[in-house]
Amino acid sequence: MSTSIALHAGSLERDESASTREPAWVKGVLISVALSFFAVFLLLPLGTVFAEALRKGWGAYLAALVNRDAWDAIKLTLITAAIAVPLNLVFGVAAAWSIAKFEFPGKRLLITFIDLPFSVSPVISGLIFVLLFGAQGWFGPWLQEHDIQIIFAVPGIVLATIFVTFPFVARELIPLMEAQGSEEEEAAVVLGASGWQVFWYTTLPNIKWGLLYGVILCNARAMGEFGAVSVVSGHIRGQTNTMPLYVEILYNEYNYAAAFAVASLLALLAIVTLALKTLVERQTRRPLQEITEPSGE
Amino acid sequence: MSIAIRHISKQFGAFQALDDVSIDIPSGELVALLGPSGCGKTTLLRIIAGLDFADRGQIVLDGDDASARHVRERRVGFVFQHYALFRHMTIADNVAFGLRVKPRRERPAEADIKRRVKRLLELVQLDWLADRYPSQLSGGQRQRIALARALAVEPKVLLLDEPFGALDAKVRKELRRWLRQLHDEIHVTSVFVTHDQEEALEVSDRVVVINRGKVEQIGTPESVYDHPATPFVANFLGSVNLFHGRVEDGHLHLGEHALVLGADGGSEGKAVAFVRPHEFDIVPGWGAGGGLPATIVRVVSVGPSAQIELSRLDGELIEVTIARDTFHSLGLSEGDQVSLRPRHIRVFQAEALAA
Amino acid sequence: MASVKRFSPLPGFGLAMGYTLVYLTLIVLIPLTAVGTKTLAMGWDAFWAAVSSPRVVASYQLSFGASLLAAAINVVFGLIFAWVLVRYRFPGKGLIDSLVDLPFALPTAVAGIALATIYSENGPIGKVLEPWGIEIAYTPKGVLLALVFIGLPFVVRTVQPVLADLEKEVEEAAAGLGASRWQTFCRIILPHIAPALLTGFAMAFARAVGEYGSVIFIAGNVPMVSEITPLLIITKLEQYDYAGATAVASVMLVFSFVLLLIINGLQGWMQNRYVKES
Repeated sequence: MSTSIALHAGSLERDESASTREPAWVKGVLISVALSFFAVFLLLPLGTVFAEALRKGWGAYLAALVNRDAWDAIKLTLITAAIAVPLNLVFGVAAAWSIAKFEFPGKRLLITFIDLPFSVSPVISGLIFVLLFGAQGWFGPWLQEHDIQIIFAVPGIVLATIFVTFPFVARELIPLMEAQGSEEEEAAVVLGASGWQVFWYTTLPNIKWGLLYGVILCNARAMGEFGAVSVVSGHIRGQTNTMPLYVEILYNEYNYAAAFAVASLLALLAIVTLALKTLVERQTRRPLQEITEPSGE
Repeated sequence: MSIAIRHISKQFGAFQALDDVSIDIPSGELVALLGPSGCGKTTLLRIIAGLDFADRGQIVLDGDDASARHVRERRVGFVFQHYALFRHMTIADNVAFGLRVKPRRERPAEADIKRRVKRLLELVQLDWLADRYPSQLSGGQRQRIALARALAVEPKVLLLDEPFGALDAKVRKELRRWLRQLHDEIHVTSVFVTHDQEEALEVSDRVVVINRGKVEQIGTPESVYDHPATPFVANFLGSVNLFHGRVEDGHLHLGEHALVLGADGGSEGKAVAFVRPHEFDIVPGWGAGGGLPATIVRVVSVGPSAQIELSRLDGELIEVTIARDTFHSLGLSEGDQVSLRPRHIRVFQAEALAA
Repeated sequence: MASVKRFSPLPGFGLAMGYTLVYLTLIVLIPLTAVGTKTLAMGWDAFWAAVSSPRVVASYQLSFGASLLAAAINVVFGLIFAWVLVRYRFPGKGLIDSLVDLPFALPTAVAGIALATIYSENGPIGKVLEPWGIEIAYTPKGVLLALVFIGLPFVVRTVQPVLADLEKEVEEAAAGLGASRWQTFCRIILPHIAPALLTGFAMAFARAVGEYGSVIFIAGNVPMVSEITPLLIITKLEQYDYAGATAVASVMLVFSFVLLLIINGLQGWMQNRYVKES
């Protein structure tokens, strides 16, 4: 429910005319308030991460990153994202295709269900998998019999991550594909294109930026998720630590420099995500204008 | 390829979009489906194409029942109202699309495709736009590209949904003529949907007038215009004056006045009569040898004809169009009293109008 | 599937819909029902005891109270952000516009340790506030601060497009009819963006109530004082009190779903109200 609105919001600007302008001091105060809030609440935390990471110098920084535990955490984070993101990508495309291109009863309800994971606390997102697969859970005894470990192991982390990142791609694609309608697809069908050809040649090129946008956000959350993963991980060092969990462990051991060193990688990921997001927004705004403003005679 | 539409019915929820529609379209004809918006004409076109399916009835293409056949296998060309050009492909790629998605063994060689695209773009006189994108084209150009793309797969039938609907008046007129010429050149059976009676009458070989999901009349443009079968057709095609009265012994009685009816005067009783504005003669003065007394309210005399607005004695307005020269030779002006003599009256029983 | 959907010439409905429903059921619906069944299994008395113990109630008060307050603060600052981003040009605007989403993108644990460091007694801001006797880190104020941080983008991104959509002519008309700038804001602009503000408020509130990562590092986590409900769920889990954890979770879930319905309703209202005639 949250991030879909963020797309295309970008920097929407307007010209000002005299009758709709505030006095200069009002404008000055508003901008100053925004800038100060921005500096204190957004820039300062971001800067602090890097400052604390480098507090003991580059040598300590590198040492914190180049070691077995850090590397295992990085690896697990990458593996988790590499599983969760493609699965949710395929789901998002399938869900958007059926919701945007077809009419059927219960459509609104389905969209609400897809949104559910966004409104569930991360802690509960982890808890539900403990209830299913934990020792006392529904499948717990069966799993124990067969010696399969899900909770406090990698599969649990992956499942919890899939759950919390579940709606991202679908949320991005559904409104986009609804807005684009089905005429191009119908034209392709009349011209003899098969099912995959319709999708591949007409739909995909039209949704590629929205798709990329959803994937970027999905990936950022998959790599950064903390609460849900924390519940299912069991904190076995080196085995079930993702980067955010590793940060917590280092921090709780008062190893601040190392904690912030690992955190700085995640902060970099956030910055790259925002940069890509801004780029994609610029890309999507242009074709959208072309749809809404057909050139005249 | 001929098209036979047999007893097609289609319902959307409680709304009856098409109600037992049957039309026969001979091979090579250019047919217009004409009707007000929401009358079901676009639905019918989509059912012919296979983009929609009927609840009942059959679509027979060239003698074969195609009702259950998928769009892909019907070999129809469809031109969408808003063209539905592929935004991310160049014009040439758009036109080539239908050829490129064919199964490998049916697909022409790439050089062959290029040649055919070039020929089609020449046919629609836009070969110089081959490398542009749809967004860089004007509406009229997009329309012609959409047509070229539909023709690329050599369809047996060409279906066009409001082909000129999104264009401005001048381009519309040009494209209308151009489509007619193109059809005379390639002679593919074509059906187009329009709500514009002028367009239907000018372009098509035959017009199918549809109202509320039913066929009102099928015929050549002349016959539907001159001999409307129903009050709806009379009303919908061109402007018309309406008279409520009674038919008795070969006369139409309007209050205390009566107009002589021809041989096909229709049955006796309450009736509605239609007279087109250009089917009146005007005689100065009241009561001079019959005719309907009226007073000239306003005259617009621009171009080759004069449009005259008159008021009957009971205050109802009548529109009359006569040649400007004729009007001037009569020496009439606003406020003058005249008698109107219809040269042609179409009478329908009053119940027919209510239906 | 042919019977439920209206006919469409496009392919793939059965496959896409089937996949969607199976995946949704496996990943979301079945796991969520686990909370329901586990809660139902424990019986009313045990449930009530678990969700109404003083420590749990104290955590509700902190979680919901701080979240409400944070969302309210976000409405004020979010509106200011949206306003300056839509209406004014100033240096650094592009950067601000991109970085407003930082709380979405920055992993919560990273935000948490950064905020804790900044506001602890040795941190750059904590150091300044300490002589005045103001403590933020490891108090309920820290919870509030973290929740303001994560909630800001919700309000900005909901209000921004609606504000940009407001036609200038409307404001000019108001000015032409003699309204002062302040009157125009109160009577024309504010009613226009009110549903968006409300939606943003509800979204920020919903997110804040469930938030965990950015809060626990700065909260201090003292039972009855600075312990948020999500942390309490984890604590119960760590004590193997699965039933208790699930009971508290079910209370939060019900609350989240109600909020989700309210937000959906608000968005429907917004669309109906402002959808442009086409």
